[in-house]
Amino acid sequence: MTAVWTSIGVVAAVNFAIKAAGPVFLGGRELPDVLVRVIALLASAILAALVVVGTFSDEGELSIDAQTAGVGVTGVAVLLRLPLLVSVGLGALTAALLRAV
Amino acid sequence: MGFRAGLRAGAVFALPTFVLAVSFGVLARQLGWGVVAPVVASAVVFSGSAQFAIADVLGAGGSAAAAIVAAVLVNARFGVMGVAAASAFRGGRLRRALEGQATVDASWALANRGGGSFDRELMIGATLPQYVAWVGGTVIGVALGDAIDPEALGLDVLFPAFFLALLIDELRNGRQHVAAAVIAAVVAVVLIPFTPPGIPIVVACVGALLGLRGTGP
Repeated sequence: MTAVWTSIGVVAAVNFAIKAAGPVFLGGRELPDVLVRVIALLASAILAALVVVGTFSDEGELSIDAQTAGVGVTGVAVLLRLPLLVSVGLGALTAALLRAV
Repeated sequence: MGFRAGLRAGAVFALPTFVLAVSFGVLARQLGWGVVAPVVASAVVFSGSAQFAIADVLGAGGSAAAAIVAAVLVNARFGVMGVAAASAFRGGRLRRALEGQATVDASWALANRGGGSFDRELMIGATLPQYVAWVGGTVIGVALGDAIDPEALGLDVLFPAFFLALLIDELRNGRQHVAAAVIAAVVAVVLIPFTPPGIPIVVACVGALLGLRGTGP
């Protein structure tokens, strides 16, 4: 639980600072172009890593299971431009059905 | 005018926000966070991606430091959004800092009028319904926590599925984003068996640098 509270407290504080930084310090000024582009790509890199770890990592081992199939179905649904909630719902349903059989 | 238009626009996003918050509450409860911590997290962090990142890393056995780094890196994009929208904020530093907290993905996108111009009132208006839905949904999820087996319902899919949906949206921004994501994914897969949880996510950040370099300006 200590780890949970530490994480919540620190992330809340840093998150506040991240969101406040632009409005407080940079009233309309722009960051160097290269830096903006790296930070813009950071979201893609981090999200890809979070998807991979969340989908394939099972207590430090690589694993493919019902959860992997569910995430895959969500990916296909999003690519077909189904709404976010429908896509995520289909993924959850897939995993639930695979586990029920 | 902008504020009320924002409230209406934000109300549309309140439903998906609510459902995600319920799933966060359920899963955090299942991870042993108790009743209070998930609700406090939603109230003070107010960020699905950061809270899911914390739960992801800690749930996999990672340290608080790894969870914090992952969550902060996931939220680094709000810094860029805040810089982009900075000129729209008014008043003293404290007021600008507080109003900047309204920066969330959907509201920022709604407030973007193009050409570097942002509607600050619309952004704040759009964020309020999402905040209520986020905290309220977490309370419901925590209350349901013991009554639900998340794996039987496939709810463990929601974390990575939510990130995948956000990722696919990001990838529509161009080839550099695809390159950054592919490099990051490969790095993460390679590192999973050999490093503590959370480390693959942090090291995968090199994908952003290499993605920029590999495909040129």
